[in-house]
Amino acid sequence: MAVGKKDISAPPYVEGRELELEDFEEKKVTYVEDYPDIRYQFTAGQAISKFLNGLKEGKILATKCNKCRRVMVPPRTFCELCFKPADEWVEVRDTGTVETFSISYIDPDAKPLDEPEIVAVISIDGASPKMGILHKLGEIEPDRVYIGMKVKAVWKPESEREGMITDIKYWKPLEVE
Amino acid sequence: MVRVAVVGAGYSGFNANSPDLSWKEITYEAAVRAYEDAGINPRRDIDAVVTCAEDFWEGFAIFDEFCPDQLGGVLKPTFTVTADFLFGLANGVMLIKSGLAEIAVVEAHSKASDILTFGNVVKFAYDPVWLRPVGRGHPFYLAALEKSYYSNLRGYCDYTYAEVVAKNRKNGRLNPDAPYSADLTADDVLSSEPLFYPLRKLEIAERSDGAVVFVLAKGDIARELNPEPVWIDGVGWNSETSNYDTMSFTAVYAMKAAEMAYDMAGIENPAKEIDVAEVDDRFAYKEVQHIEALKLAKAGEVDELLESGYFGRKGEIPVNVSGGSLSVGNLLEATGAQKALEIVLQLRGEAGRRQVDAEIGVAQVWRYLPTATGAVAVFSR
Repeated sequence: MAVGKKDISAPPYVEGRELELEDFEEKKVTYVEDYPDIRYQFTAGQAISKFLNGLKEGKILATKCNKCRRVMVPPRTFCELCFKPADEWVEVRDTGTVETFSISYIDPDAKPLDEPEIVAVISIDGASPKMGILHKLGEIEPDRVYIGMKVKAVWKPESEREGMITDIKYWKPLEVE
Repeated sequence: MVRVAVVGAGYSGFNANSPDLSWKEITYEAAVRAYEDAGINPRRDIDAVVTCAEDFWEGFAIFDEFCPDQLGGVLKPTFTVTADFLFGLANGVMLIKSGLAEIAVVEAHSKASDILTFGNVVKFAYDPVWLRPVGRGHPFYLAALEKSYYSNLRGYCDYTYAEVVAKNRKNGRLNPDAPYSADLTADDVLSSEPLFYPLRKLEIAERSDGAVVFVLAKGDIARELNPEPVWIDGVGWNSETSNYDTMSFTAVYAMKAAEMAYDMAGIENPAKEIDVAEVDDRFAYKEVQHIEALKLAKAGEVDELLESGYFGRKGEIPVNVSGGSLSVGNLLEATGAQKALEIVLQLRGEAGRRQVDAEIGVAQVWRYLPTATGAVAVFSR
């Protein structure tokens, strides 16, 4: 019975008309703005702390599960597929392969970016297939990127690293064109 | 009728802080213990995963995306209930009773120590047009308003609430996982700072971190896994309204939720049939409200019973023998999980030095400020 337009009684709504610019200027269109101050400090934990400290030293660290033999990046203290603790830490290389990419032209607020950003998922050499990180590509024209492209990390100078995923500035093409 | 049992329980914590572990690692610990306890392999045996989380406690949106890995739930049916653990437990019961799952996992955790602006997150739950712009006070004032109204209505004096605090913080001293347990007196409570007069500092539960995982199973499977499982006899939940001016301020949400759970469990006289209760005490007056709402005492009579030790560890109906949230800490959406966990441990006879004699227990939780929402679960052995 509730489907479709029905002749039903309603509360006494204000009679409608089209909005004009002056309605906004005179704040006749009512709204309330709020800018909540909500902040967090995310505990990185055992695995990611070690990974982030590795970045400071210019290393990419992974954990290995000796049951399924996977070398896992980003590292975790447990293998989610075998549901058992990870067995050991291994260092992987700072080179990899572009698995997928996107060329982004606007920021989260939909404002144009000065330069397009190339975001890519990179499987890392030494880690198990399809394991790696989402990061940015640089030193390449957007129209030259392709899936399967070999890339290498470009690190911040050691003195500027702070144990963040952004200690790697971006990844650049490995082969010289 | 399909019965549902708790066949595994595991927890990690409870600690005032946990700078060494991420919330995923805490949850993994609890999950490993729960699966070990149940004697199952999660990758093979579990049919569904229910997690309980509120994005603003977590600090990131769409929490359900983050839940499978640490619970062994990759490529399994999972969902998140944006509410306390006891609501997730009710969903787990429904999954099994409906036949959609035979073994279901329910999880909740708190990483409250990651929140830097706790008061502002609480305030974020307040109506943005109607409540949030009013005043600059910490949002706990809403609890003080309720306490004031309720005390006036019932004629309870502050000494009653101070006794709740003293009882629970002392109870916690027998619980190795109660970081805020303390040997203090009602007078200590009454002389603590009235931060939100008439609400005093020691009447408010501090925050803590931890995780709880339950494994639920359908009756016949539960008996195979454990000849004497703890049964979930009833679940109930209820919401009054989001309008603070029309809320009852007498925890009608808890009364209605309890009636639903008692009805399902076939409990007719709770004060006679319930042996042990864990109720939400994140503000001390809430315990008194919830004792009334669960019908463990008549309205207006809780003060005398408390004073006589009726709700003490060795009393007629021990309430918050774990130490409650006043000792264990406010575990956010895992608050009801700690309460259900305590009931399960008590019914199993695994509560250590705080063990009481019990066959039927009830766990109750409120969804915290600014809500008039809550859930109840009845357990038996």
